[in-house]
Amino acid sequence: MLMRTATSTEEDITNIKKQLGLDKSPPEQYWIFVRSLTRGDLGKSLTKRRPVTEMMGEALPKSLELGLSSFAVSMLASLLLGVLAARKRDGLLDNGVKFLAILGQAMPGFWVGIVAIFIFSVYWPLFPAGGTGSLACFVLPVFTLSFYLLPGMMRLIRSSMLDVLDTEYIKLARIKGLSERVVIWKHALRNALIAPLTTAGILFANLIAGEVIIETVFNWPGVGRLTVEGLVARDFPLVQGVTLMLAGLVLLVNLLVDVLYAYVDPQIRYQRS
Amino acid sequence: MARGERDNGSARRARIMMQVTFIVPVVILALFVLTAIFAPVIAPHLPTKTSMPHRLLPPFFVEGGSTAYLLGTDLVGRDILSRVLYGARISLSVSLLVIFITGAVGTIVGIIAGYMGGTTDTIIMRTTDASLAIPQILIALLLAVTLGPSFKTIVLALSILGWAPYARLIRGEALRLREADFVAQARIIGSSSLRTMIVHIFPNVVNPLIVIATMMVGLVILMEAALSYLGAGIPPTTPSWGGMVSDGRNLIDRAWWISFFPGLAIGLVVLSGNFLGDWIRDKLDPRLRQL
Repeated sequence: MLMRTATSTEEDITNIKKQLGLDKSPPEQYWIFVRSLTRGDLGKSLTKRRPVTEMMGEALPKSLELGLSSFAVSMLASLLLGVLAARKRDGLLDNGVKFLAILGQAMPGFWVGIVAIFIFSVYWPLFPAGGTGSLACFVLPVFTLSFYLLPGMMRLIRSSMLDVLDTEYIKLARIKGLSERVVIWKHALRNALIAPLTTAGILFANLIAGEVIIETVFNWPGVGRLTVEGLVARDFPLVQGVTLMLAGLVLLVNLLVDVLYAYVDPQIRYQRS
Repeated sequence: MARGERDNGSARRARIMMQVTFIVPVVILALFVLTAIFAPVIAPHLPTKTSMPHRLLPPFFVEGGSTAYLLGTDLVGRDILSRVLYGARISLSVSLLVIFITGAVGTIVGIIAGYMGGTTDTIIMRTTDASLAIPQILIALLLAVTLGPSFKTIVLALSILGWAPYARLIRGEALRLREADFVAQARIIGSSSLRTMIVHIFPNVVNPLIVIATMMVGLVILMEAALSYLGAGIPPTTPSWGGMVSDGRNLIDRAWWISFFPGLAIGLVVLSGNFLGDWIRDKLDPRLRQL
């Protein structure tokens, strides 16, 4: 129905229906879908006429490159800023960090990306505005995606750190005469990382949302852009495949987080047994 | 004595800051609402009127700009200022509707889960957790494409998972209130579960509800803009901020103003919403700080 044009005849429509398997009943269609799925076949893209799995196989590494590097950058930055901000509550740095978080949370990611392109690629042509050829191509997308992820992470680490710094064992560590650096970066930080871990699942969902938007802004040939392209072109097999994969990834990450949580925090293991 | 004075000084400064972080956002949000309502009166041009001789005009403060088109024009000569003013209508109506729907659903579900407890609570809370783990944008995109982009679709798409944060918060409150003496007394004099939930629990969760609803304004506006940016939101003929930013993406080397001003509008409104949310939280319910 969606591919119908003014010039298509009844015959064309029946032919296409047959070609796409739409002449069969919905349960039959579903059975065929599930059967091919077990063989790892997600069908062919309607617009590109290529197997969906092949297209996803090409896009996934690109998304991982962008996602992992942005995750690393924003994690490092939020650790540093979050901990430093918590160390002196309501100090100059703390307020600065809070301001940055508020700003980052208010600005739409796609707009930050476009403004970054304007400043660093049009006004001062320092970095390319798109493509994936060289390392320089990474700078703007990674910056934008990190900026998108940073506020949430930073707030979590800061508040968790504030909680931990209030506990008895930190007081004890200080009384023992440990240097402030050891207290903060070793004793406090390790415990402060546990609470944010519970929200890692939500963070991952956030990362996927960020990838979808930022890949579209920078023409990054990853899964996010593949999704949007498929959606705009109404390429159903492609969208089906990508959604299935992303849903699987979300499940996997949440499972991993649960396991990791029990591993990191022994209290949880004791509770269960 | 010296200490008392210092405390006084910093307390006064904090009070002034408190007032500033209240007044500025309220003024911006009031302007936003008024703009949305009176867009046809204020806008100097029709937002959809194209004018080929006036294509890609820069804003008035840039060389070559004209005061007839204060913020410049886009590729087909539509006035950016008028489109930004009209765009406020979409952002406002979508966010109000979505917040109303998600707030209502989340509150009902949350009160039931917290008050009933047991299996009901487990089922509802697991569903809530699952809803929080799904990337909202993905579901919204899927819906927008299967149902076709329209106002209704975008409201549905943002509501379908948006109730979860409300449910989680309200459930916690209800759980706490269930143990309160006044609830036990109500039960003793024969108040039914339904009546207890409506008459005794609900009025006591209104404060946290207002807090979280205000804090959600920004998020909803951002999501709507993102969907419109991706072409899955409001159909392109209607001016929306996200759609306008997207229009300017490929013209960024020639006409930065097409993307810049609508994005600035989004940022300002979301920023004000977040500040107001923080302010209301500190006033009504400082316990909710970690939200």
